[in-house]
Amino acid sequence: MTLSGFSGGVLAAAMLAVLVALSLMVVRVLKGPTTFDRLVATNSIGNGAILLVALAGYLTGRPDFLDLGLTYALLNLIGTFAVLKFFDHGALGAEGRVEGGEGER
Amino acid sequence: MIDLLREGAAALFILSGAFFFVVGAIGINRMPEVFTRLHAASVSDTAGVSLILVGLMLLEGFSLVLAKLVFLFLLLLFAGPVATHAIARAALKAGARSVALEDGRDERPGDPPAAKRAKSPPRRGR
Repeated sequence: MTLSGFSGGVLAAAMLAVLVALSLMVVRVLKGPTTFDRLVATNSIGNGAILLVALAGYLTGRPDFLDLGLTYALLNLIGTFAVLKFFDHGALGAEGRVEGGEGER
Repeated sequence: MIDLLREGAAALFILSGAFFFVVGAIGINRMPEVFTRLHAASVSDTAGVSLILVGLMLLEGFSLVLAKLVFLFLLLLFAGPVATHAIARAALKAGARSVALEDGRDERPGDPPAAKRAKSPPRRGR
């Protein structure tokens, strides 16, 4: 697959937009008053990283980077659920619900 | 000619996907609390990612890379709403309440009826 100059420009513009969006999401991670606000932004940052890897792979003519994107997608979902379970149950391996084990306010 | 058309369509998809991703990021920053922020994040997680990946699919011909892109697309299409649902459920359980339910309509199925309450209970989860 050879990339024309037009498509290269489009990919670079999209990468720039994704980078801007990622910096906005980082602001929310740093500010976010509750754990869940931070988690919302973290999840979106993971998706942005996937997009960034895919676009960079196309821009440099090495779309094999998509394997990294697939791995990131799986890890992102698992990581989000791990943090959620930790704040929900108070532990990662707990059996049943720990009463009062609520998330950070 | 057909290549030009294909690249134009791919550019349209990729740029609109980038637009939705930025809009979602702005929404995450500007919305007042966690549920509305989730609502905004869903835009970038679903529309932004899907449109950019479809654009890349158009840019690519038929090859192994296309299969990888389809797998990534399907994975993100299912994982995004699942993660959103899990975060919203955990936030609700931890006591967060939406500002969309102001004016005494701040109820859940387990709560006592509004008539029996002297006034609405103090807001938690802020």
